[in-house]
Amino acid sequence: MSTVTPMTTAESDTGAAVRPGSQLGELELRGISRAYGAHTALHPLDLTIRGGEFVALLGPSGCGKTTALNSLAGLLPLTAGEIVLDGRRIDTLPPEKRGFGMVFQNYALFPHLTVRANVAFGLKMRGVGKAETVRRVDAVLALVHLTEQAHKHPGQLSGGQQQRVAIARAIVMEPPLVLMDEPLSNLDAALRLEMRSEIRRIHQEFGLTTLYVTHDQEEALSLADRLVVLHEGRVSQIGTPADLYENPANTHVAAFMGYRNLLPLTVTGADARGATASGRGLTVRGAGSGAGKLTPGQSVMVAVRPEDLRIAETDEQALGEAVAEVVEYHGRVLHVEAVTREGDRLHLTSSGQVRPGDVLSVAVDTERALFFPQAAVPDPASQEVPA
Amino acid sequence: MTVALPPTAHRPALRHRLAERGVDRTLLLVLPGALAVVALFCYPFLYGLQLSFQPTSGATQGGFSFGAYHAFFSEPFARKSIWQTFSLAVPASLINVGVSVPISYRMRRDFRGKRLLLALLVVPITLGTVLTAEGILEFYGPAGWFNHTLNLLGLASSPVQLTMNYTGVLLSLIISGFPFAYLLTHSYLSGIHPSLEKAASTLGADWWQRFRHITFPLLLPGLMTTFCLSFVMAFAVFPSAMMVGDPDGKTHVISIEAYEAALEHFDYAQGCADAMIMTVLMLVVIVAVTTLRSRLYSGSTGGKG
Amino acid sequence: MSVVLDRPATAAPGAESGARRRRIAIRPGAWLTWGALAFFFLNLLGVIGTVLLNSFGRSWFRSWLPGGWTTHWYSDAWTEFSLGQVLGTTVEVTFLVVLISLVLAVPASYALARRAFPGRKLLLGLFVLPILVPPIAYGIPLATVLYKFHLAGSVTGVVLANLVPSIPFVVFTMTPFIEQIDPRIEAAARMCGAGTRTVLTRILVPLLLPGMLAAGILVLVRTFGMFELTFLTSGPTSQTLIVTLFSAVNSAGIRSTQSIDAMAVIYTGTMAVLLLIALRFVNPTQLVARSSD
Repeated sequence: MSTVTPMTTAESDTGAAVRPGSQLGELELRGISRAYGAHTALHPLDLTIRGGEFVALLGPSGCGKTTALNSLAGLLPLTAGEIVLDGRRIDTLPPEKRGFGMVFQNYALFPHLTVRANVAFGLKMRGVGKAETVRRVDAVLALVHLTEQAHKHPGQLSGGQQQRVAIARAIVMEPPLVLMDEPLSNLDAALRLEMRSEIRRIHQEFGLTTLYVTHDQEEALSLADRLVVLHEGRVSQIGTPADLYENPANTHVAAFMGYRNLLPLTVTGADARGATASGRGLTVRGAGSGAGKLTPGQSVMVAVRPEDLRIAETDEQALGEAVAEVVEYHGRVLHVEAVTREGDRLHLTSSGQVRPGDVLSVAVDTERALFFPQAAVPDPASQEVPA
Repeated sequence: MTVALPPTAHRPALRHRLAERGVDRTLLLVLPGALAVVALFCYPFLYGLQLSFQPTSGATQGGFSFGAYHAFFSEPFARKSIWQTFSLAVPASLINVGVSVPISYRMRRDFRGKRLLLALLVVPITLGTVLTAEGILEFYGPAGWFNHTLNLLGLASSPVQLTMNYTGVLLSLIISGFPFAYLLTHSYLSGIHPSLEKAASTLGADWWQRFRHITFPLLLPGLMTTFCLSFVMAFAVFPSAMMVGDPDGKTHVISIEAYEAALEHFDYAQGCADAMIMTVLMLVVIVAVTTLRSRLYSGSTGGKG
Repeated sequence: MSVVLDRPATAAPGAESGARRRRIAIRPGAWLTWGALAFFFLNLLGVIGTVLLNSFGRSWFRSWLPGGWTTHWYSDAWTEFSLGQVLGTTVEVTFLVVLISLVLAVPASYALARRAFPGRKLLLGLFVLPILVPPIAYGIPLATVLYKFHLAGSVTGVVLANLVPSIPFVVFTMTPFIEQIDPRIEAAARMCGAGTRTVLTRILVPLLLPGMLAAGILVLVRTFGMFELTFLTSGPTSQTLIVTLFSAVNSAGIRSTQSIDAMAVIYTGTMAVLLLIALRFVNPTQLVARSSD
């Protein structure tokens, strides 16, 4: 298993690191799970988060990621498993005793309190002295650039500012772990990009350990040191952004990571360097995925990203032909949606001119086509890679 | 002044200017309803107001006098009805609202049977004042089940007098008023987004701190409205004060005074004057509570600021 | 290569839920609140139960239960208070009030929900007043006026008096309901070529129907139970059930309490049926909510 070295120190170029390392040594989730009656929302999950790490829980809605986050916060009791913080079991503690910071999806700012009182709330609950409270609130408000707005009520702030208050309120306690539940989903596209880099900056400058829940793979890839991909309450894959991007563990992760071309084919030949699969008028030579050995006659799902699928060079082996149907202009390249003779849709990119109706020979580099062996019955819920 | 141009030359048509301010033919739809309220509420009210200032002798028409008001305030029995009304309405609404808060706070989350419980609470509203009064007479009466039980438990040796007095009316105001106050409090409380309490708990607040600093301040404006409405209901107490109370003594409330003047003594001027006094007193309380309320935070109670 | 943790659950879901930690910590606070509620319901049950039992009892003195059972109090009450005629009047008054208040108030609430015009606040204030002012306080002047126009004592007078709180009530029930219907739906219908009449019959009425139904049922329940206004304005032939009931109690001594109780049970039974119907369409809090300002 490959992981990136956790970032325990603030990057040197930010200069003004507010605090040094993280408050957290290690947080261990041991087989935590949660069931609602007969429905299991979260299957046993094992995860170790090290201090200073930014971990993202990624998956489509209803995959159990919010359940996992709420269980960790103590807002939902666990069905099984334990949570250990630096050797101390905390899963039986109520949320107010765990001391985690949480940023809610709808921010959950107290509407009747000013920004300053919102941020100071946690310190007040813990009985921190007045002078100390003022000092810490001022420091955090400066960090999130809200010093000017301190006296306002949340209703008078813009979405991005409310977001910042929510973050400030969660981190002023200097919590060992900050939980963020889709914090950017209520913002518009431009603001989302801006707040994304803000969150990463705050994470580094304040030396936080963050667990971040999102359904947006781009957000997760750009923010996190490590990603946990969930599918129907189970972990599909844990790895670094590069890991997941280059080597998705199964077709779910692949589809999530932008492998838009998923072709159900049959293996016709396999050797040490790779395998060939064909069917539906197409023949693809590609790398096997994972340790699974491919044997001729086996069903596979071939996954290729649109940016790896291109128009074949003249002397190159094409995987098949397709007729361009939709051509979209995306800056330097064209995104083309083409239909094969069998009716399969291919998504590819082209740097040359393509017009709807053109017949295209399509090719892919061998190492860019991933093969995922399929179960005999194509059941979308059980597409797994034999470990 | 410059040369007066014909106004139509560069001003848009009147119809357009009105439409800009939201006045168009759709507004005609308001007329039937508004006219009905004016004719059936405002006109009689103003008529009553004018009538109340007519000389009490009734023979002279068109005079102006404070006779009816003077009569009300100089007659100790009538004057005391104000105090008796307040001494019933204020405790009743305070009890109803005060008890509603902890109960609805405890029941703010969904649980099995909650809808049934809410439906059961509607029952006393359906009973109507008359059945409630009848039931109170028999249940709390000297030979009723309540006194039977007290006797059985050894809490009272002789029957406790709970009806035909102040207690009886207070009981009836609680039985019919508590569900009302509870349901209103409950709906205000469920308007407070649950994530606010969750947020407070992740910030280290225990249940009392969450209630004290988050839920209660957000609920307070709603509670004041609930108090106002409960008060209005209790203030106008009439049938139960007649039936389970002591209408000629301790529960001679102002509505009985007004009713007796108008429909038993057929002194319409006096009845209308009493009704006006009643309205003014009630409006004073409402305005006082509303003023107090406007000084509190009253905005969204949702998750977003 | 990443490790794949896509493994099956270690135990069956059923076994897991058995091990769920459920803190059933019953604190004194919980006991107190549940106790208060239970006490309230116990008293309520007593109040209703006594009346119900008494109406079926032959005679009831200082004992827990009446001595012997009978249903003849019901037939007594029916003839003694001419309940057939009273119920007829009650139904007539109630339905007229529902119908007229809907016809008058629904268009008004549409205009109030859709337009922001100068004087809108004033108009809302006009509609709030009849809800805020106690019925007795405006009922006495209203009765005076009705006597002046010789309408008091007739069914017309009772209906007119009951319209006063009903019209604002429909307005305040319907306005939020109309506000949550997207005005772009009407715009879309017009873009599809529908004229005003078609928009009204094909779009607005079907969309407003649930709200009108709810408002209508609420007015029905409230008019059925409205004592003060009907009491002040009705005559011998225009009494509704609740007024007859009150008069019977207040002139007690002549009539047996059992037949009064029988009438009270008839009243409550009818009200309960109406409410059961109402609760199928509206939420319990709507029954009490007036305007929130």
